[in-house]
Amino acid sequence: MSETATFRLNVNGEQRVVEGAWVGESLLYVLRERLGLPGAKNACEQGECGSCSVLLDGTLVCACLVMCASAAEQDVVTVEGLPEQKGELTDVQCAFLDEGAVQCGFCTPGLVVTVHDLLERNAAPTELELREAISGNLCRCTGYGRILAAAQAVVAGRSGSGRSQREPSA
Amino acid sequence: MTVTTDRQERVREGLGSSVKRPDGVPKVDGSFAFSSDLHADGMVWGHILRSPHPHARIRSVDIGPALAVPGVHAVLTADDVPGDKNFGLEHADQPVFAHDVVMHIGEAVAAVAADHPDTARRAARSIVVDYEVLEPLVDAEAAITAAPIHRDGNVFADLVIRHGDPSVEGEVVVEGTYEVGMQDQAFMGPESGLAIPDGEGGVDLHMSTQWLHVDRDQVANCLGLGHDKVRMTLAGVGGAFGAREDVSMQVHLCLLALHTGRPVKMVFSREESFLGHVHRHPARMHYRHHANRDGRLVKVEARIVLDGGAYASTSRPVLVNACCFAAGPYDVPNALVEGWAVRTNNPSCGAMRGFGAVQVCFAHEAQMDKLAAALEMDPVALRLQNAMKTGDRLITGQLIAGTAPVAALIETCSAAPLPAEDPDPDPMGLPGGAGRTADRARVRRGVGFALGFKNLMYSAGFDDYSTARVRLEDGVATVTCAAAEVGQGFVTLAQQIVREVLEVDEVVLAAPETATIGSAGSTSASRQTWMSGGAVERAALAVRARLDAGEQEPIEETYEHHHPPTSPLDADGQGDAHVSYIFAAHRAVVDVDLDLGLVRVVEIATSQDVGRVLNPMQVVGQIEGGIAQGVGLAVMEEIVLDGGVVRNASFTDYLIPTALDMPDVQIVALIEEPEPGAPFGAKGVGETPTISSSAAVAAAVRDATGLELPRIPIRPQDISLAQR
Amino acid sequence: MSGPVLLPKSLDETVAALRATPDATILAGGTDLMVAVNAGMHRPETVVSLARVPELRSWRRDGDELVLGACLTYTEMEHGDLAALVPALCQAARTVGSPQIRNAATLGGNLGTASPAGDTLPVLAALDAVVEIRGRDGSRSIPVLEFVTGVKKTALQPGELVTAVRVPVLRGPQEFLKVGTRNAMVISVVMAALVVDLDGRTMRLGLGSVAPVPVRAREAEAYAGGLVDWAADGRARIEDPGVFARFGELAAEATAPIDDHRSTADYRRHAVSVCARRALERALG
Repeated sequence: MSETATFRLNVNGEQRVVEGAWVGESLLYVLRERLGLPGAKNACEQGECGSCSVLLDGTLVCACLVMCASAAEQDVVTVEGLPEQKGELTDVQCAFLDEGAVQCGFCTPGLVVTVHDLLERNAAPTELELREAISGNLCRCTGYGRILAAAQAVVAGRSGSGRSQREPSA
Repeated sequence: MTVTTDRQERVREGLGSSVKRPDGVPKVDGSFAFSSDLHADGMVWGHILRSPHPHARIRSVDIGPALAVPGVHAVLTADDVPGDKNFGLEHADQPVFAHDVVMHIGEAVAAVAADHPDTARRAARSIVVDYEVLEPLVDAEAAITAAPIHRDGNVFADLVIRHGDPSVEGEVVVEGTYEVGMQDQAFMGPESGLAIPDGEGGVDLHMSTQWLHVDRDQVANCLGLGHDKVRMTLAGVGGAFGAREDVSMQVHLCLLALHTGRPVKMVFSREESFLGHVHRHPARMHYRHHANRDGRLVKVEARIVLDGGAYASTSRPVLVNACCFAAGPYDVPNALVEGWAVRTNNPSCGAMRGFGAVQVCFAHEAQMDKLAAALEMDPVALRLQNAMKTGDRLITGQLIAGTAPVAALIETCSAAPLPAEDPDPDPMGLPGGAGRTADRARVRRGVGFALGFKNLMYSAGFDDYSTARVRLEDGVATVTCAAAEVGQGFVTLAQQIVREVLEVDEVVLAAPETATIGSAGSTSASRQTWMSGGAVERAALAVRARLDAGEQEPIEETYEHHHPPTSPLDADGQGDAHVSYIFAAHRAVVDVDLDLGLVRVVEIATSQDVGRVLNPMQVVGQIEGGIAQGVGLAVMEEIVLDGGVVRNASFTDYLIPTALDMPDVQIVALIEEPEPGAPFGAKGVGETPTISSSAAVAAAVRDATGLELPRIPIRPQDISLAQR
Repeated sequence: MSGPVLLPKSLDETVAALRATPDATILAGGTDLMVAVNAGMHRPETVVSLARVPELRSWRRDGDELVLGACLTYTEMEHGDLAALVPALCQAARTVGSPQIRNAATLGGNLGTASPAGDTLPVLAALDAVVEIRGRDGSRSIPVLEFVTGVKKTALQPGELVTAVRVPVLRGPQEFLKVGTRNAMVISVVMAALVVDLDGRTMRLGLGSVAPVPVRAREAEAYAGGLVDWAADGRARIEDPGVFARFGELAAEATAPIDDHRSTADYRRHAVSVCARRALERALG
């Protein structure tokens, strides 16, 4: 190990200190291996799969591509930090469960963060907008159908219409 | 002995309802422990050094530089393997570490354990290996007769199927040569595991895998240890699709743990994952279909060559499958099928969802369309006329005794309404997407239809049984079963079954491990519902019987569930080799940019033969996910090889469908004809969505372009340059 | 905070940091650099992060030009006023990677990486963009076609960084087309960027992924530019339909594509001819 860095991050509303991290460590590595937050996943470490998606100062990014020390003092929100209260689930997380959008689950945390981010910025996305918004998140198990249904269910739920715009085909 | 359906009303969350998965909450909140999330105090990290050459002699290995790196705890090579130097599913021909020769790109040569994963990687890269580069054998056809590249020869398996009178000819003959490229399973959770030495010469391995016991056996053999000294526990699996059936890092992890005396964790990078597991067999298939003018099939001839890569893996059973199902789900009175699975210096191939049936389906469905054109018949009508049904025989002579609702699949799927053509489509929805390349005047829509089938469970005499234990205590039922949950939802099903049979709400699943329960077989071959679901059901029924007889809790029963025995194939490829079959029909609608050759898959409609739907939501998930993999193989997925070297071992260039590539899926019909002998009457549904979806997409592209397109994945140049 | 990652707060601080350690790794969005670091291909020692330098993150209009800060992200280029002022750049930005990538990756990074498949490069070439550089010896500017010197090679010297890119504000249609074998997250097989300057009465065609560096199809430009009816019905057009195909052919002749694992030279030439033609048809048909 050559150069090491020490810095602070605000992760899920809590100030965390990172000490003696190798300069090349990504935010993903630090979250998972130093801060005890394994929710963000590593499926490619190249920014090609989205399974490490987190919010950095409110912006959706791949944590694997953030050199962690360069994010000093910034706000990080991971899947673990999305619910308002510990032990609760957000409406997005509930919808993923209800609509069968979870199979192996490896892509799920990244997708949950991505869908949260999308719906903050666009409360009523069209189907194409939805597909484009999650086009950076690879899923190999579901074929995306139930994931899109889950997102649509959240849109319907938040708008109070209570009915999904997109019925599953079965 | 199956559960009657009137129980569904009485039992909450029993069979037939869309029960939510029990591991869903941790999966959505990020706390679910995948194998890559495991930690142990004092753990060190492992890394494997891999060959950069597809074929080379190893003159020497100098591990000195690696040992000198601060933070390194162990550096191991072939000399450090105390037991069997090789492992393998069918045939132990794959070395733990290559010792005198490397046979494929990325083959393991050494392994390092160090304090930090980056240190382990750097140390591994510092090992000096003196290679004498050899010419790789990369042509599968040539491999059949080429000088052997291995002492076991170049042919993993060859077989012939002679059915009826192979000399008969039809009035009309169509022929073609078809190719399927090498697809990768590309699961999201990279190979990873944690091995913990027990301090007494044994080791506990936590691994994401498909078959715990068979992994355990191979690891124990290579470590020279008894089976009781190697204990495997299933860690969270991030998808499998066949790639985890073969051992990858298991032996290396345990070796490092035993050498260092420390827990050792290893996580493959995506590149290592591509190089470190088996792939779908590339296939080259020459076919001749004979029919009479009335449309009745007379004979199917096929010559199939599968490139098995460097080591045997499951090439033999893949070939058996490919040959058995080579003619498709049709009543074929005469057939001659010859198949080879060969060894080359390409990456090893083995199980991938569909297991040989995908490749031949592409060919036989292309042939059926060619035949329809030659007969001037509608391609759907041709299929209907020849559709397999209960009472027909396979080309292996076996009677189809169970359900075979092929006609119903064809009729329902082909009759589904077609998606409307949007008069003013969003450019993002056209071929090319955000690239804005499409000219609407040059986009042509095509429709294609395909049928596929394969066997459930293993075949040709293999007894792939499953074991389960059910314990009822204080009103809580505990299920112990080593069936690997890889995402398909077996854990949900197990709870549904026990709730149904024992009428209890709380069903707990014990950790799947080798120390506490016998084998459940592999999570593959669409078999776990039947085999492990059946084992759980029977154990639960045995508990039920004792309860009903007045016994008090705790009551525990263990059941080893075997399917009816099958027979190997004889010298003519004849024999009752299979237990049951699953069938599916797919119809694809595509839009093709005729000049650029870019394809947008608009919709896939499907009808599936499921026996019985035990969890509708999970069945839909399997169908949509399987179709995604079929679409990928049709238009974008291929491991690109250049003289045995993989050119695209990354998600940058091994492209799997994103949400913008995935079509709408219309599930037209789930045909529920309960399968006799199947627990609950349910068949498996894991593989059929993948089997004929690629063929349907290819057929649709042919419809749009008028081109033969005898190879998948179809590349833009296959379309655009042919048009000029 | 202590350690080898420097987070300067201004351009002056950045230049000073680079003067002190000219071999420092410059970190913008990290979407190229971290791929190399994660793969163990690049081992950073001192890092100068540009993330907190506001001048690099903004853009401004300077007469008929836009001065685009090097750390503008693709998301920023995709939306708002900037998108309307340079439509081809907006279209190109939308095709880059994924939303996650677009939120972090930068214009300056695309230039600094200088990949033959860099998505902004054909657009910048078509715009005759000028790259502004600062280093220990002060500032300099280079036309983009001189800035990119080879496959992943630029004219940057140690201790220098790209601070901004100047592009003209033009009145006229712009088209960016990118061919890829997947609808998202795809490295281009070919790219074509067409920029029409109604006032200057010129058209410019930049091509990407068809040579080691971005290419201008000058013969095609001259050919079609000479055939435009610049004042037809208040909207420039090309009347003769045969011109579009010929334009495409000439564009293809300007390329030197290769066979690689993504595509073939033959297909790339063909795809360029199709894209160039379609771009022209949309703009002036």
